[in-house]
Amino acid sequence: MSELKPMSEQAPASPERRRFVGTAAATAAGLAIAPGVVLVQVAHGRPEDQAVSSAVRWGMLIDATKCANGCNDCVTACSTENGWTPVAESKHPRQAPQWIRKLELQDPLTQMETSLPMLCQHCAEPPCVDVCPTGASFKRADGIVLVDRHTCIGCRYCMMACPYKARSLVHEHLNDTQKADVPRGIGCVESCTFCVQKVDRGDGNTACAEACTAAGHNALLFGDMNDPDSEISRRLRELPTKQVRADLNLNLGVRYHGI
Amino acid sequence: MASITFREVEGSSMKYWLLLGGLGLFVLFGALAWNHMHHYGHVVTGMDNQIVWGLPHVFAVFLIVAASGALNVASIASVFNKPMYKPLAPLSAILSLALMLGGLLVLVLDLGRSDRLIVAMTHFNFKSMFTWNVFLYSGFFALVGIYLWTMLDRNVKSWSKAAGTAAFIWRLTLTTGTGSLFGFLIARDLYGSAMLAPMFIIMSFAYGLAIYLMVLAASYAWTSRPLGDVVMMRLKTLLVVFVSAVLYFVVVHHMTNLYFAKYHAVEAFVLRDGGIITALFWVGQILIGCVAPLVILLSRLGSQRNWIMIACALVILGGMAQMYVTIIGAQAFPLDMFPGLIESSSFYDGVVHSYAPSMAELFLGLGGVAIALLVTVFAIKVLRLLPASLDDATVAKLEH
Amino acid sequence: MKRLLVLGAVVLTTAALAWAGSETQPKAGGAPKPVIEKAVKGEQCVEDTDYMRRNHMKVLDGHRDKTVHEGIRTPKHSLKECINCHASETTGSVAASKDDFCISCHSYASVKIDCFDCHSTKPQGSAAMHPLNAETAHYKHKLAAQAASKISAEEMAGVAP
Repeated sequence: MSELKPMSEQAPASPERRRFVGTAAATAAGLAIAPGVVLVQVAHGRPEDQAVSSAVRWGMLIDATKCANGCNDCVTACSTENGWTPVAESKHPRQAPQWIRKLELQDPLTQMETSLPMLCQHCAEPPCVDVCPTGASFKRADGIVLVDRHTCIGCRYCMMACPYKARSLVHEHLNDTQKADVPRGIGCVESCTFCVQKVDRGDGNTACAEACTAAGHNALLFGDMNDPDSEISRRLRELPTKQVRADLNLNLGVRYHGI
Repeated sequence: MASITFREVEGSSMKYWLLLGGLGLFVLFGALAWNHMHHYGHVVTGMDNQIVWGLPHVFAVFLIVAASGALNVASIASVFNKPMYKPLAPLSAILSLALMLGGLLVLVLDLGRSDRLIVAMTHFNFKSMFTWNVFLYSGFFALVGIYLWTMLDRNVKSWSKAAGTAAFIWRLTLTTGTGSLFGFLIARDLYGSAMLAPMFIIMSFAYGLAIYLMVLAASYAWTSRPLGDVVMMRLKTLLVVFVSAVLYFVVVHHMTNLYFAKYHAVEAFVLRDGGIITALFWVGQILIGCVAPLVILLSRLGSQRNWIMIACALVILGGMAQMYVTIIGAQAFPLDMFPGLIESSSFYDGVVHSYAPSMAELFLGLGGVAIALLVTVFAIKVLRLLPASLDDATVAKLEH
Repeated sequence: MKRLLVLGAVVLTTAALAWAGSETQPKAGGAPKPVIEKAVKGEQCVEDTDYMRRNHMKVLDGHRDKTVHEGIRTPKHSLKECINCHASETTGSVAASKDDFCISCHSYASVKIDCFDCHSTKPQGSAAMHPLNAETAHYKHKLAAQAASKISAEEMAGVAP
């Protein structure tokens, strides 16, 4: 695993690289763990020249009872993976984009405190997509809500429409600090993409969920909600979960337990 | 029916050029403000990810709403066949085109990617109210343009009524669209009401007429053309009706909200606890925008021209305050994702958002106003839009 | 009063000129010919060079829509792969300095692109890792030799519209 990890971080993009990875995997076949890694990737993967399909619906289960107050690992992981400046380091914190944020809740009556990450809820009926004048806000077949920055004109109507304040406008020049896989730029609106670059690569997981698992909290679980055998579907069957502002009937891709 | 002589204003006096130059200066400031915002991004504005629509939207939406209302006088003439309004119609049409132009420019130049306007013109999502507005605005220019043409060109004069009616229906639709821009937002507590569409229509009547009256009186005073009391008093009465209707709608809107427990928080915010927003609502929108003008116009002061002008100015100021409360106030109030719980985060969840507009935003907005007036001032010089005389005798002849 | 007007006119014109002038470049002795660095990796582009010179924008546009909307991230025709091959050895970028691959031609042809408002101009990962893998590492020597020799202006004849 440790030998393969840097490889997958490099994004096997070119044919040469793919072949190389293949060779490396074959060479490492002696290691018991390697075939497992390859198998996992095949299970989540689709041929790279094939379009995403609605057979899959990516979603996330957030267990607020496991989410640690004061832990910010999911936010940090998101900013590292997607290249946005953490708000504490930003020169303009008030205007800095935040794809994911930790929300602390308190019941004024019972004093009970809850901590949970808030991010784009990847609605099946997204209000941002409805109001977007150019169609730049769109929902991919596999349920991921994205902004096509080629047609985004920065009107911010989607930000007015989102009930979760999940979207941010890039207020200033980014001066070529973007990640190669995560284009983002001035004057366009952006939000959580469910790490679409990782999903397309076949990782089957998001940076925030990986970080939460690494921290030992296991509060975030990402997966295919359409696949009845997936871990997330299994857990969703067992755990009572809620959708934030369920009254709006938007059919969210993010479900919370313990709120 | 007696005929009316329309004549261009001479527009050669120092006063005219100074007016044009002054307005031009504000247009230039607006352009520089846009250049500044475009170059550095929205980081130089007071807007952020909480207050996403700022002062430019206040100006833009006000101008667009007023544009639709400024056409009112022409509509009364052509659609409702009131001969007294006929000589007033051309100015009404050009003013509405000019205000629309100013408003749209501000709206477009405030986009995050104002350089991509072509994208907005070639990619459409027909579920979006914004897309519908793009068509409503373009159609407005076309229809009012044609209407103006039928008023100015004798050869097509017979089409005037048809064109006027089309423009009238269109602009009612347009203001419905502008109101729905907000009414169709489910996320914000202050919006999400069909009430906004008719309310915007009646507001457009009041704001548009107030601007029209000021422009009319100013152009007649500065060109020393006679403008009789009959016209002024008639339009004044109309303004009283419109401003009262605005007040009625505002009261009903808030009363409705107060009846629903889920809107209590946002109503308390606007009406009682909102600081600047509350002040703008009570002092700006209600007192300056409705009560004071009504008192002036209905009292003996209403027979004096200067006081009518003051009342018009108050209606306009109140209109700006109303737009500020509607647009900024709705965003300043935090979204309630977890009803009953206290929320806090690095993203200002659960707190009232503050907003301090920057100079660039102010001058961009003023640039839109200036361009609207500049177009009007220029148009009355090159086109025969204003009757040579509107004294009582001339107007009286029209009535028969 | 007249003086005021004149002053106003002067201010307006100067401001307008200053604004307009900020984007144009001095034109002494004709526009400088574009410098085109050979791609760091590989001998041949994914399409004929002539075809790419005229149609790269169509190729890229078609692929970008597939990538963004359908999640198809095949390397052929992707901007990312263009950058992987064409990033300059010195700046590590296709658009950081005026001689870099994209900028060099685009400033010559006066065609403004906004790709790099959003896209990174550099290959992913460190410069040491990016363009060359085990199979292509041998190009390094060739590249060193070529580093000085740029494509001549004559070769570029096909570029200018």
